[in-house]
Amino acid sequence: MPVLCSRCEIKKAHLKRPKTGHSLCKECFFWVFEEEVHHSIVSAKLFNRGETVGIGASGGKDSTVLAHVMKVLNERYDYGLNLILLSVDEGITGYRDDSLETVKRNQEQYELPLKIVSYEELYGWTMDTIVKQVGLKNNCTFCGVFRRQALDRGAMMLEVDKICTGHNADDVAETVLMNFLRGDIARLRRCTAISTGSEGAIPRCKPLKYAYEKEIVLYAYFKKLDYFSTECIYSPNAYRGHARSFLKDLESIRPSSIIDVIHSGENLSVKEEVRMPIQGNCARCGYISSQKLCKACVLLEGLNRGLPKLGIGKHHKLQDKLLKSQPLTEEEEKKFKMISF
Amino acid sequence: MKCKESPALLIIRVGDAFCRNCFKEYFVHKFRAMLGKNRLVFPGEKVLLAVSGGPSSSSLLFQVQEGLSHKASKKLRFVPGIVHIEEGAACGKTLEERTKIVADLKSIFSTSGFPFVIVYLEEVFSLPSSVLQSIFSLPTEKDDLYKDAVAGFMQSCHTSVKKNLCHETVAQETTLTEDHTHASLLSTHAHANETSISAFRGKFPFSPEQTEAVKKLFASMKTLTAKEEMLQTLRKHLILYTARIKGYSKVMMGDSCTRLAVKLLANICLGRGAFLAMDTGFSDPRHGDITIIRPMREYSAKEIAFYNKLFGVPSVFTAGLNTKAPEKASIQHLTESFIVKLQADFPSTVSTIYRTSEKLNPRYSQTPADDKGTETCLLCSCVLGIELRDEASAFCAISISEELSQSKKPEGGQVSSSTMEECCAENKMETLESSGCSCQSRERRNTTPDFWSLLCYSCKLVVKDMTSLDLLPEYILEEANRRQRRTQIKREIQEYLLTSEDDADTAP
Repeated sequence: MPVLCSRCEIKKAHLKRPKTGHSLCKECFFWVFEEEVHHSIVSAKLFNRGETVGIGASGGKDSTVLAHVMKVLNERYDYGLNLILLSVDEGITGYRDDSLETVKRNQEQYELPLKIVSYEELYGWTMDTIVKQVGLKNNCTFCGVFRRQALDRGAMMLEVDKICTGHNADDVAETVLMNFLRGDIARLRRCTAISTGSEGAIPRCKPLKYAYEKEIVLYAYFKKLDYFSTECIYSPNAYRGHARSFLKDLESIRPSSIIDVIHSGENLSVKEEVRMPIQGNCARCGYISSQKLCKACVLLEGLNRGLPKLGIGKHHKLQDKLLKSQPLTEEEEKKFKMISF
Repeated sequence: MKCKESPALLIIRVGDAFCRNCFKEYFVHKFRAMLGKNRLVFPGEKVLLAVSGGPSSSSLLFQVQEGLSHKASKKLRFVPGIVHIEEGAACGKTLEERTKIVADLKSIFSTSGFPFVIVYLEEVFSLPSSVLQSIFSLPTEKDDLYKDAVAGFMQSCHTSVKKNLCHETVAQETTLTEDHTHASLLSTHAHANETSISAFRGKFPFSPEQTEAVKKLFASMKTLTAKEEMLQTLRKHLILYTARIKGYSKVMMGDSCTRLAVKLLANICLGRGAFLAMDTGFSDPRHGDITIIRPMREYSAKEIAFYNKLFGVPSVFTAGLNTKAPEKASIQHLTESFIVKLQADFPSTVSTIYRTSEKLNPRYSQTPADDKGTETCLLCSCVLGIELRDEASAFCAISISEELSQSKKPEGGQVSSSTMEECCAENKMETLESSGCSCQSRERRNTTPDFWSLLCYSCKLVVKDMTSLDLLPEYILEEANRRQRRTQIKREIQEYLLTSEDDADTAP
């Protein structure tokens, strides 16, 4: 006897939901998935009418599905939003240039305006050249910091009110685990918020926060959406990889553990005596920062001076020196050069 | 490294080399410092040591022994007792194996000279339901009380010769009035049970039916994760019960740093993030009159192993539920292997996790002084209702998913994780009779939506893994019924209540 969809009970079930284990037919699954995203948006009051929203599009499955769902919900529930696609070119050959083609195809399919910003034009460095200087271990830091700034700069150029990214439940859970393992208290509190941002910066939100990665793939597959599915070539050496494999194993033992981790992360609370970083502005570029110089400026300084390890690790005392563009002593320079094998 | 005289014998962490004497000093000093910094153990207080026979708890016992012996400078000042929970029934061991292990342990305990008691897991079926209630005392200023108690103790020790007198006088000072009546009620109830337990003549104070019941209970859990959680809960209840009837006010557990780091991460994965501080902190005040403390929490497993080897601390290895299980058998086991592997590559993992845990606070406070009338979970005694406080939370998301994935019923779907399957919904969400319906997902017998509301998020996950709730020990079911009746009564008279009930109790 064929298994019936547990929702409409008329059609045959096409798939089994990873999140709850129910069997659903295609149409019901689409509807349920979209409804859940709608619920996330509405209960967290992410958007207001008439706002311009930039969708961070990388060409991968998360952002493709996000763009599609946002368009569908915008029409179905009449959010009244202006949607724009925003893409960042990091300059990784073999990865990013292919995915950008996908984004351009998306733009034509969804009829949304598109803007591409690149590291080359913003900073004068591409990820390939950065990796040649830094090495294979700490490069995710550079890419992440630069990308966040790039998204913000692009958004400011387009005069967007909010940015939304395609971070899914697996990403948030991995971030919680990773921050816990690294002891990063400040980030632990912020990473589970569905919407982050403060004065002076464009707020950014994650409408797909409660959607499992597997369900996103299922959605894209059944809807025959076009996306680019390769991993970044530099990713195997990242610390996040450990958290990711752990999370995958957890999911195989108990599928609800992804949401359990997010639930735990949301309810963590820190004692008041713990010192938290205070927010200010970067002295050089004016971007928000908790130190005197924002991380991107520190990293760039390091790259430009040929001292790639300048931004990695904690060096509060050197901030003043950097600010005044003083040359560093021999000893300090030694610390920041890359270890050659 | 420290005395720079004798040659180093061992290396701890990355670069600390110690010789034998310095290591002993360091170890003992850490133990004393832990106890002294958190002034929780009063002089003359009765403290129960929960010894499982493994290396950490044996080390704890050894430290307490040494600390109380006459040769120690500045003797420790409390009265210890030992309890061991024998879990062979859950792990499927034969009676002979269990007798042998118990005999080994008994010899270790008798050399220590402290009173000891061995409790078997089967006795969980004879527990009274009062074990699940927390008795809170009136809030007092801890520091003053501690100093007074120490001063009083020193004085009475000078004036009297025998040690026993010291303990008695101080014991009188530190107990509180309201708890006494309540505690004595418990003990009279308990004595009735105890006689029935010891009435069983023979080697063990339990019957074969109880062993069978334990085996069935654990067989009814589908996943090893749920089994381990249930075992921990039952173990804790047994320890609490023993502590209450024998008059102990503190329980010391031997959890080492490594074990705690694993527990922390596993708890995050199980959804217990809100209560991390209590599950793994130095003191656990959830149960009111009994505080659980963990003095071994700064010792890594390596240090304890070295100490045991060098100074000949006897310990007995008892196989647990997940011994020899494959890596992915349960969440706890997976977490343990993950952390151990990570520690090999990044040696600071365990200490980082430990430091992080020290900075955490219990999010919602437990004592009635701050949050009157809060309900606690049936199994783990944590504050309930945290998930309902935020609207856009993970809990809401998963309830919506559950609801949307199933067809809507004519009465309208209920947003809770106990939504019934279509074919069983004819009784309108009331007590569900198991009619052998072959639903795709789990069956539910004798449950009402109220039962689920008595549990916290992670305990719900544990109970969901059980095939039948009847196999739970009676005291849990009894307490559940009692609480359900109480909420029903409260609901009926809700409109006439002016203040919450805890206000009425503590009013002068």
